Amino acid sequence: MRAQDEAEIVACIPSLRRYARGLVSDRDRADDLVQDTLERAWSRFSMWQKRGEVRAWMFGIMHNHFIDRLRAQRSRPEDSAGDDVPELPQRAVQADTLEVRDLDRLLQRLPPEHREVLLLVGVEEMSYQEVATALGVPIGTVMSRLSRARARLREEMQGRAAPASRIQRVK
Amino acid sequence: MTMDDHKPRGIAADAVSPITEADLHAYVDRQLTPERSALVEQFLATHPEEQERVRDWRQQNVLLHDLLDPVVDEPLPMRLPLKPGAHAFPWRGLAAGVLVAIVSGGSAWSLRGHMDADAARLAFANQAGTPSSTLASSDGELTGFAHRAAIAHVVYSPDVRRPVEVGADQEQALVTWLSKRMGTAVKPPSLAGLGYELIGGRLLPGDKGPVAQFMYGAAGGQRLTLYVTREVPGQDDTAFKFGKDGPVNVFYWVEDHFGYAISAGADRALLMKVSQEVYRQLKPR
Repeated sequence: MRAQDEAEIVACIPSLRRYARGLVSDRDRADDLVQDTLERAWSRFSMWQKRGEVRAWMFGIMHNHFIDRLRAQRSRPEDSAGDDVPELPQRAVQADTLEVRDLDRLLQRLPPEHREVLLLVGVEEMSYQEVATALGVPIGTVMSRLSRARARLREEMQGRAAPASRIQRVK
Repeated sequence: MTMDDHKPRGIAADAVSPITEADLHAYVDRQLTPERSALVEQFLATHPEEQERVRDWRQQNVLLHDLLDPVVDEPLPMRLPLKPGAHAFPWRGLAAGVLVAIVSGGSAWSLRGHMDADAARLAFANQAGTPSSTLASSDGELTGFAHRAAIAHVVYSPDVRRPVEVGADQEQALVTWLSKRMGTAVKPPSLAGLGYELIGGRLLPGDKGPVAQFMYGAAGGQRLTLYVTREVPGQDDTAFKFGKDGPVNVFYWVEDHFGYAISAGADRALLMKVSQEVYRQLKPR
């Protein structure tokens, strides 16, 4: 393995951890995902041909592990009993003072595949093409997931805004 | 407003094509050409509802960054395998204890980490032998540690958000950490006299052990890295050597079983001055 490849993989780790935390919220489970991703990456790297796209490749591996885990959870619902996202407190929160924890909950309520796109675009700042490569879907799918994720999040954040600001908006 | 047009970058070719929702997303995500971006701005000026939507999407990105960016600055957990075949990267876990506070956020590398000149003047201890710097004109292909230094420079210096693991404002932690892992006292030289301020440092995996990389920045944004490795074969060769790897110029030399490499996009003359200054600070006084 070339030192550059190794360095590029290592350089991806902080952002992989950030992405994983956005995907699953819980710190240990997020790092499980990172660990699986790295183990796969190191073992597969010698067989991987498309050099120069390390980042999309790494995020693609994480995507596969994430989806596998979701499937495993769905087929064994008793195991995911503790994973339910807690309900949001029924209080009005100004959108502009939305607490970080509230945002985390809203994020976890998005469908997983929408959450992936929103994070890859909004936080990892990948191009739409890179996201399409990482997730193995057409770019049109990326765009429609992004659109839905943003619309849903916006709706939920507005729903938490104080009534006064809504009245102003309608006027 | 449709999502039919999924080619935000390509739209620019046709100036008359209507603004789509895909354009608005790409505008928020800065994935449009400047021309198309200007068209979107014109459109938004007369469409307050869309303007509000775009503003909210932007705000989502900001809030998501606020939520998740702190993760980037956490020390890596020991269990993560950081090289092929290894179950964990031993030095990273140990280092976590030293990293009481790490640089926060993307502005960490800004030039606020002014170093005390006295504190910085001592570079690397463990220097023996008589320095005999001769300038060898051995331009050519980089090999060995000098090549790895150039690669590490290319990989990390463009990273605006996180060019270093430990910033200059935590210099003590940086020195302790790197010294512990390198197995010898390691201290970044001061290059302020040449216009380069220390940004911070990181450890990288080398062939036979950890390697230290110090990152420096000039006011104009140029980066310079100093790479220090122990993995140099036994020869003591104090001649300065020069090499290139693409746009990166590298001066390197070996002294007392340590390899030093200075990499930058800067021209050879400036790099030579930096090398001499680093070498001067390394010399036992």
